[in-house]
Amino acid sequence: MERVDMQSMKMPMRMVSARKNKEVWKKASYVGLLTLFLLLFLIPVVLIVINSFKDEAEFYARGVLSLPLKPSFDIFREVWQLVEFDVKLYNSLLISTSVAFLGLLISVMNAYAIGIGKIKWSKLFLAFFAFAMVIPHEALAYPLYYMMKLVGLYDTKLAVILILSVLQSAYGTYLLSSVFRTFPTSLVEAAKIDGCNKWQILMIVVALNKPALSLLLVFYFIWTFNEFFLPLIFLVSNANQTIPIAVTLFQGQYTGYATMQSACSLLGILPCIVFFILFQRTLTRGLVTGGLKG
Amino acid sequence: MKTRLNRGYYWFLIPGFILFLIFVMLPFVANIYLSFTRWSGVGIPEFIGLKNYLRAIDDFNFWLSLKNNVVIIVVLTTIPTIIALFLAVFLFQFVAVKVGKTTANLFKAGFYLPQIIPVAIIGVIWKWILQPNWGALNVILEKIKLGSLAQNWLGDPGYALGAVLVVMVWFQIGYPLVIFMSALQRIDPQIYESARVDGAKGLRMFLSITLPLISPEFYVVILTTIIYSLKIFGPIFALTRGGPGNATMVASYFSYKNFFEFSNVGYGATMSTIISLIIMLITVVYIKLQSFESTEGE
Repeated sequence: MERVDMQSMKMPMRMVSARKNKEVWKKASYVGLLTLFLLLFLIPVVLIVINSFKDEAEFYARGVLSLPLKPSFDIFREVWQLVEFDVKLYNSLLISTSVAFLGLLISVMNAYAIGIGKIKWSKLFLAFFAFAMVIPHEALAYPLYYMMKLVGLYDTKLAVILILSVLQSAYGTYLLSSVFRTFPTSLVEAAKIDGCNKWQILMIVVALNKPALSLLLVFYFIWTFNEFFLPLIFLVSNANQTIPIAVTLFQGQYTGYATMQSACSLLGILPCIVFFILFQRTLTRGLVTGGLKG
Repeated sequence: MKTRLNRGYYWFLIPGFILFLIFVMLPFVANIYLSFTRWSGVGIPEFIGLKNYLRAIDDFNFWLSLKNNVVIIVVLTTIPTIIALFLAVFLFQFVAVKVGKTTANLFKAGFYLPQIIPVAIIGVIWKWILQPNWGALNVILEKIKLGSLAQNWLGDPGYALGAVLVVMVWFQIGYPLVIFMSALQRIDPQIYESARVDGAKGLRMFLSITLPLISPEFYVVILTTIIYSLKIFGPIFALTRGGPGNATMVASYFSYKNFFEFSNVGYGATMSTIISLIIMLITVVYIKLQSFESTEGE
C-alpha cells in the first residue's frame, strides 16, 4: 500500500534526484493504469459514438470496431425523423422543467412549516413524506392509472407532471427541513418585529437558501428526465412520449438496424451530457454547502 | 404568542399534505385493497380474501422474481461499493495529492458518466453491445481468438441474469464513488497527521481511520442501493423484458406484466404490496440499527 502523504504539496521539495525519478515513474504508471481502466470502462460509450456515423452497409462489411470511413450525419437525420426526436426532446424538457419547479414549490412550503415553523408532530409529518421516498412506484401505478383514466388525464403530460412532482418533493421536504432547521431563529424574529408576515419571511428564507434550492432544482430535473416506469405507463401516444421511452421502444422496433440503434442511443444521451456540463458547477457548489451544513 | 404563530405555519403544509394524500396514500391503500381482489381492470373488483397471497406461495415465478431481486441486491451492494471505495481512496489520497485535483476530478467525472444517462438507455446500449451476431462483445472475443467463449448473452437463460448484473455494476459504480469522495473531503487531515506521528501506515490508517469516519455515507449507500435493487425496472425492460423464459424476471416487472399484459390486477397488486412491505421493513430496521450503532460508538 502506498504511504499516504497528505501534506507533501505544502512541504519544501528537498528530495534526492534518484528518489524523485522513482516517484515520477510510480506516478506515471499509476495514472497510466487508471487511464487504461477508465478507457475500458467507457468503451460502450465510445463504440456508440463511432458507430453512429457509419451507414448500415459499412457496419456489416467492416464490423462494429472499425472507425467510420467517411463519417456522415445521415443516420442521425434519418433516426431524428423516425423518432420525431424534436417532439420527444420538447416533451422531456417540458415535463422535467415543470416537475423541477412544481416539486420545489411543494418541498419549500412543506419544509417551511416543518423546519422554520417547527409545527407540532413535525417528526410524524416527516415520516409521512419519507414514505413517498421509499415506496416502489409499482405499488401506486395501477390505482393512479385508474384515477387518471377516470378524470381524463391518462396519456397527458400533465398526469406525469403532477404525479412526479409530488413523489419527488418528498426528498426535498426531507432535505430542506433539515437545512431550514439550522436557519438562525434571530433572523426570523427580527423579520417578525419588522412586521413581516409569514409569506414575507418565507421569501427571506428562500433568498438566503438559494444554493440548496438550486441543487434541488437540478436533481429534480435530471431525475425526471431519466424517469422510466411511470412515463411508460402514462404516455402511450407517440406525441407525448419522453426520450428514454422513445429510445427503448425504437430498439425494439428496429432490431436489425445496428447503426440506427446506436445513433438513437447517442441522441438519447447527448442531452444528459449537456446537462451534466451545464450543471456541474451548481452540483459542486451545492455539495460544498451541504458539507458545511453537516 | 408562540403557539398562535406556530399554528399559522400549518397552512403551508396543507397543499403538500393533500397532494400526498391523493397521489401517494390513496393509491397505496387502494393497491393493498386490490391485492385482496380478483380484477381485470374493468367492472368491479371481486373480493377474494387471501387467495392471491396463497397463490403466490405456490407460484414458482413469484419466488423466482424475488430471488432475482435478492441476487441483484447482493451483487450491487458489494461489488460496486468495494470498487468505488478503492477508487475513491486512490483518487483522493494519491491522484489528487501527487498529480493534481483536476486530474482526480476528471477521473471521477469519467466513472460517474453512466450515472447521468437514463438507466433504460443504458439497457439499450448494452443490449446493442451484447447482440449475439454483430454485437461488440462477441466480435471482440472473436478478434482475440476467444470466439469459443462467445454467447447469446441475453438470450440464453444461463447467462442472462449474469449479463444484466454486469451491466448494473457498470452503471452503479459512479454513485458510491461520488459519495465516498465527498465523504473523504469531510475528514480533517490533522487526524491523519497525528496518526502518522503515532507511526500508523497506509492499510492501518485506511482500516482504523478512513473506514470508520466515512461509515455514515457507507450506510446511506447500502440502504439506497438495497431499495434501488428492489425497485429495479428500466434496465430489465430494456435488456430482457424479464426473459428468456422468466430467467431475469424481477418483482416490479412481475407486477407490470400482471397489471397491463395479463389483466390480472389483483395478483400484480399482491406482489407490489409485498415488495412495499419488505422495503418499509428494511428501511425501519436499518435506521434503527444505524442509530443504535452510532450511539454505541459514542
